[in-house]
Amino acid sequence: MNKIPSALSLGLRRGGLEIRQFARQRESVVFTLLFPVILLVIFGSVFKDTIAPGVTFSQYFVAGMIASGLVNTGFQALAITIPLERDFGALKRLRGTPMPASSYFIGKAILVSVSMVIQILMLFGFGVIFFGVHMPTDASKWLTFAWLVLLGSACSTALGIAFSIVPKSGRGASAVVSPIVIILQFFSGVFFIFTQLPAWMQQVAAIFPLKWLTQGMRSVFLPDSFATQEVAKSWENGRTFIVLMMWLAIGIYFSVRKFKWDRD
Amino acid sequence: MNAIEVKALTKSYGDIHAVQGIDLTIAQGEIFALLGPNGAGKTTTVEILEGFRSRDSGDVSVLGFDPRLDGQEARQWRDRIGIVLQATSDSGDLTVVETIQHFSGYYSNPREVDEVINSVGLDDKTNSLIRKLSGGQRRRLDVALGIIGNPELLFLDEPTTGFDPQARRNFWALIEKLRGDGTTILLTTHYLDEAEALADRVGVINAGSIVEVATPAELGGRSTSKAMVTWRDGDEIKSEATDNPTALVGQLTTSFNGEIPELTITRLSLEDIYLKMIGVPHE
Repeated sequence: MNKIPSALSLGLRRGGLEIRQFARQRESVVFTLLFPVILLVIFGSVFKDTIAPGVTFSQYFVAGMIASGLVNTGFQALAITIPLERDFGALKRLRGTPMPASSYFIGKAILVSVSMVIQILMLFGFGVIFFGVHMPTDASKWLTFAWLVLLGSACSTALGIAFSIVPKSGRGASAVVSPIVIILQFFSGVFFIFTQLPAWMQQVAAIFPLKWLTQGMRSVFLPDSFATQEVAKSWENGRTFIVLMMWLAIGIYFSVRKFKWDRD
Repeated sequence: MNAIEVKALTKSYGDIHAVQGIDLTIAQGEIFALLGPNGAGKTTTVEILEGFRSRDSGDVSVLGFDPRLDGQEARQWRDRIGIVLQATSDSGDLTVVETIQHFSGYYSNPREVDEVINSVGLDDKTNSLIRKLSGGQRRRLDVALGIIGNPELLFLDEPTTGFDPQARRNFWALIEKLRGDGTTILLTTHYLDEAEALADRVGVINAGSIVEVATPAELGGRSTSKAMVTWRDGDEIKSEATDNPTALVGQLTTSFNGEIPELTITRLSLEDIYLKMIGVPHE
């Protein structure tokens, strides 16, 4: 008799399956992966001025779009699709097999990471070619970028899985989740320059991870001279790390403890 | 050892006592059909056995384990069990073979994918996307996913709902094949002919309690019930309930001096017995 496969190897298999399924849903592929690029094209074409010496709005916006891409592909996509899978009965069926919950979560994390990589490459490509966006040349900036994307993806995935217990039905999920994401994007300085927002908006945004992700991405894509224009007069990357870790812990706690396999 | 042992099982939802002290024993290799109207406690009972639902009190042993397992132990236990749920659908963007292949990877000792596809009769749909399958074909895929892990115990919840008669017969043949492999099967169904064709024993559940457990032939005293003999006498249809239908037919043959007009001899069907047991008036 063979042994049952490990949770990790099943998680990798689930990841492959999730990607295959995702790739066959053409509408969602186009929407999720192309949407940030479309926004970049719109905003980059409308706001052509520089916001600081040598900093175009497109440069500022690319930082914000990568940060909010992490929220879209992780939190938003999962909090909408998992309730649908639950309605279909697909989750209950998985629950009845020897596949552990952790494998299912790993599969989702893989899907989020892969779509994130594609999204980032497309934003870079369009940004550099059409909107004169400068890529950082400093290795330490790329290191910051790497941990932001990794931690941001993990945080967003965990929170998306955790939040999937909130919508009562798959059909209503989008109506619950999308407004939260859109409001957070406005409050967190994705579409506008954060320091120009009203103070109360800045304070609300500071509770949630998107503001910190966006600020962290600015530290990668904007010159260090711009740091003085931030609220705290610095990039605050240490604080960003702590806030994201906290949200990651919250997301993992609720995903593991409260995940709902059955609609009931 | 028995595959399933249940003693004094209870489960309430608020004021609703869904299961009120059920005892049940299912032997290894047995095919057991659980019959009962909607809301009788059938689904609650089965879901407790499947480990999907908690119970209030009572002892439950499924393949020697309490279904309230967790972690690695639960995985080992689920490795030996197959579950075909009532209504499952998927987004449907995978093909039949991809889905079955993927699920086979969950188990330590799965059946051959091709063999399973063949046994549920989906050979010509192997590379079709799930969303292009008909309702009956999807149901057969559900069954395929339930048996891919080569389970010792299989739960089948209303497996043939939406099947055409031919597909149902094919499905019955599949169950017979699983019986031949020694699989224990707990079947819930609305179709009494299905229970009669497949089950070694039948349990009738009503209002949260087991009313009777017996072989399909013996349920409700069916095997000892009187036979109904009906015939035409002039303009009149006559009928008589008797313990000795052969003797009665003999007498009638003599009195008609040969052929008895419109003769029928019937015994209570499983459905008649069942409806009587769950308290539905039936003519």
